[in-house]
Amino acid sequence: MLEIKNLHASVEDKEILKGINLKVNAGEVHAIMGPNGSGKSTLAEVIAGQEEFEVGEGNILLEGEDLEELSPEERAHKGVFLSFQYPVEIPGVSVTNFMKTAINESRKAQGLEDMPASEMLKKIREKSEMLEIDRKFLSRSLNEGFSGGEKKRNEIFQMAMMEPKLAILDETDSGLDIDALRIVANGVNKLRSKDNAIIVITHYQRLLEYIIPDFVHVLYNGKIVKSGTKELALELEEKGYDWLKEEAAV
Amino acid sequence: MDLKEKLVSSFMAFEDGLDLDHPVHEERSNAIKNFETKGFPTKKDEAWKYTSLKGLQKIDFSIFPKQETTLEYKDVKKYFLHDIDTYKIVFVDGVYSSYLSETTHDGVDVCLMSSAFSKPMFQQVIEVYFNKAASKDESLTSLNTAFSKEGAYIYIPKNKMPKKPIQILHLATGNEAALMLQPRNLIVAEDNAEVQIIERHQSLTGNEVFTNSVTEIFAGKDAIVDYYKVQNDAPTASLVDNTYISQKDKSVVRVHTFSLGGKLIRNNLNFYQNGERIDSTLKGITILGDKQHVDHHTLVHHAQPNCESHQDYKGIFGDSSTGVFNGKIIVDKIAQKTDAFQQNNNILLSDRSTINSKPQLEIFADDVKCSHGCTIGQLDEEALFYLRSRGIPKKEAKALMMYAFANNVLESVRIPELKARINKIIAEKLGVRMGFDL
Ligand SMILES: Nc1ncnc2c1ncn2[C@@H]1O[C@H](COP(=O)(O)OP(=O)(O)OP(=O)(O)O)[C@@H](O)[C@H]1O
Ligand SMILES: [Mg+2]
Repeated sequence: MLEIKNLHASVEDKEILKGINLKVNAGEVHAIMGPNGSGKSTLAEVIAGQEEFEVGEGNILLEGEDLEELSPEERAHKGVFLSFQYPVEIPGVSVTNFMKTAINESRKAQGLEDMPASEMLKKIREKSEMLEIDRKFLSRSLNEGFSGGEKKRNEIFQMAMMEPKLAILDETDSGLDIDALRIVANGVNKLRSKDNAIIVITHYQRLLEYIIPDFVHVLYNGKIVKSGTKELALELEEKGYDWLKEEAAV
Repeated sequence: MDLKEKLVSSFMAFEDGLDLDHPVHEERSNAIKNFETKGFPTKKDEAWKYTSLKGLQKIDFSIFPKQETTLEYKDVKKYFLHDIDTYKIVFVDGVYSSYLSETTHDGVDVCLMSSAFSKPMFQQVIEVYFNKAASKDESLTSLNTAFSKEGAYIYIPKNKMPKKPIQILHLATGNEAALMLQPRNLIVAEDNAEVQIIERHQSLTGNEVFTNSVTEIFAGKDAIVDYYKVQNDAPTASLVDNTYISQKDKSVVRVHTFSLGGKLIRNNLNFYQNGERIDSTLKGITILGDKQHVDHHTLVHHAQPNCESHQDYKGIFGDSSTGVFNGKIIVDKIAQKTDAFQQNNNILLSDRSTINSKPQLEIFADDVKCSHGCTIGQLDEEALFYLRSRGIPKKEAKALMMYAFANNVLESVRIPELKARINKIIAEKLGVRMGFDL
C-alpha cells in the first residue's frame, strides 16, 4: 500500500525528516509514537502533499506509484486521507456542503457523475449516526467554534464519508473524552479491511487498546528509531522515551 | 473645452427647457454655482485621495443624449431580475423607456422624477423632501442637483407596502461615443411603510459612460427600506453614486452594495439618523480584477440616542485592481447608547492589487459602544491545504474560500431571487461551477 524510502523533508532549510523508511501493507494498522516535535505531523502532512515542506531525498510510493509530482487533491483522489492534528476552521462553508463538494470533486476526478442527492443524504445520515453526530451540527460552518473533541470527531466523520485507502490519523485521540474515544475508535475500526491501511499517530497507549495496531514505530528527531509490535507501546507508556533517546544518541 | 466648462456652459441651455418658476429652479441655480466654484474633486481633497476623476474629465462626454433608442426586452432581459414579478423604472441613455417599464399609482407611486417635478399632485412631496438630505456642499452632488430632471420617484404613503419589489435600471446603448448620465432618484417611505428596491446601471457596449447619480431616501417612523445596488457594469463604465439617507424613529434602512464590475466606482453612502432606536445597515461585497477601482466612502451620523449601525464590507481584489474603504462614524454628544459596528475585511489575490482601508471615528458622546475592525490578507494557506487534502482542486478550493468569505454579507438579502443572482454572478466571476449552495 504505502512505501516510504529514505524520506527527507525540510522547511526553511531546517531538516525535519531525516531519512524515514516505512512500509505499510494493505490490511495493516501502524501506530507512530514519539516525543513532541519529533516530526510526526510533518511526516503525515508530507504524505498528504503539504507543499510547505520541501521534500529532498527519498520517495513516497502509494500502491507502487511515486506521489512526488502529485498535488494534495490528486493524492486525495488516489485515496489518501489525513485527519488533522489541528483541523482548520472555515467560516461560511457548512460541513455538509464541504463533504458534498469533496466527494463530488473526487468522483469527477475519477470520471464519475455527481453522487445523486438522495444517495448523498443517505450516506451522510448513516455515517453521522455511526459517529453519533447531531444533524444540526452538520449545517454549522466547518470547525468554526467546534470544541477540540468535536473537531476530531468531525475529522473521522469526513474519513468515513471519503472511505480512503490510506487513512492517517494525527492525534485524533487528543481532546476526546472517554466515550467519544470509544465512538471514534469504533468508526475507525469500521474502515479496517484487507484493502486499506491506517496509520495512527498518538501519544497514548489508550487509543491503541481500541484500535489495535499491527506495528508500533517510534519517531525521534526525524527518524524511526524503533519498531515493534503493540507491546512496544506498553513499554513506552511505562518507561517514557529517554532510553530510546539515549540509544539513538549512541 | 474641459468637462467642467462644458457642463457649466450647458446649464443655460438645460434650463431653457424647464419651468423657471418652479421652486426647484432655485436649488438648481445654487447648485451649479457651487459646482462652478468647486469643480471636480481632485486628489488634493482628503476624501478623494485615492480616487482620481482626471481621466474621465479628458473624455468628451455628451451631456444630453441626442436620440432616443428603443431596445427589445429580450435583448436586455438578463439585466433584470426577471424570475420574479417587479415594478420597473427603466431608462435608456437617460431617457425613460415606458416600453420596458412597469410603474404604478395604485396606493403607492412608482414613477418618474420628471412627472414629480411637473405635476401638481406631487408638488408637496417635492417641496418637503427634494434636496433635503443631499449635500449642498459636495460638488458632484451639486452638479447632479443642477441637472436634476429625471430618475426614479418612489413614494410609499403611511402603512403601505408595494405589492412587489421595484427595479430601477439605467441602460446605456452606446449610441453616443461617450455619454454622461445624471439620474436623480427620490424615495420616500412614510411612517410604517415598507419597500424593496434594486438599482442597476448597465452599459451595453464598449463606449465610455460616466454616471453621476444622486439618490435621496427618507424613512419615516417604523419604516423599513431595503436598497440593493448591483454594480456589475462594463469595463468602460464609471459610476459615482451619491446616496443620502435620512431616518426617523425606529426605522430600518439596509443598503447592500455589490461592486462586481466597472471601470471606476465611487460610492458615497451617507446615513443621517434623525430619531431614536434607528437601525442602519450598510453591507458590501466587492470583487474586482483587471485595473478596476472601487472606492466606498460611508458616513453614519448618529445624531440621537439609542441607535444602531452595522457596517460589513468584504473585498476581494485580483490583478491590478484597487480598493478603498473609508468608513466615517460620527456620534453626537447627545447620541448616548449608540451601538456602532464597522467591519472591513479584504483579500488581496495578487501582489499588484491594493486596498486602502480606514475607519474614521468622531465620537463626542461618552456612553457608546463602537467597534471597528479591518483586515487585509491573502487566502489562508492552511485552510487551502485542508480543503485540497479532501480532494477539492486548488482553483475550486480558492473559489470556495472566497465564496465563503463574502457569503455572510448575502445573508441579510431579503429577496431570495436576488441572492441567487448575486451568488451566480460571484460564481461566474470566480470562474467556477459551484457544486454547492451556501
Ligand atoms: N512550518 C514550519 N516552520 C518551521 N518549523 C516547523 C514547521 N513545521 C514544523 N516545524 C518544526 O518541525 C518539528 C517537527 O514538528 P511536528 O509538528 O512534525 O512534530 P510532532 O512530532 O507532530 O509533534 P507533536 O507531538 O507536538 O504534535 C518541530 O520542531 C516544529 O517546530
Ligand atoms: Mg504533531
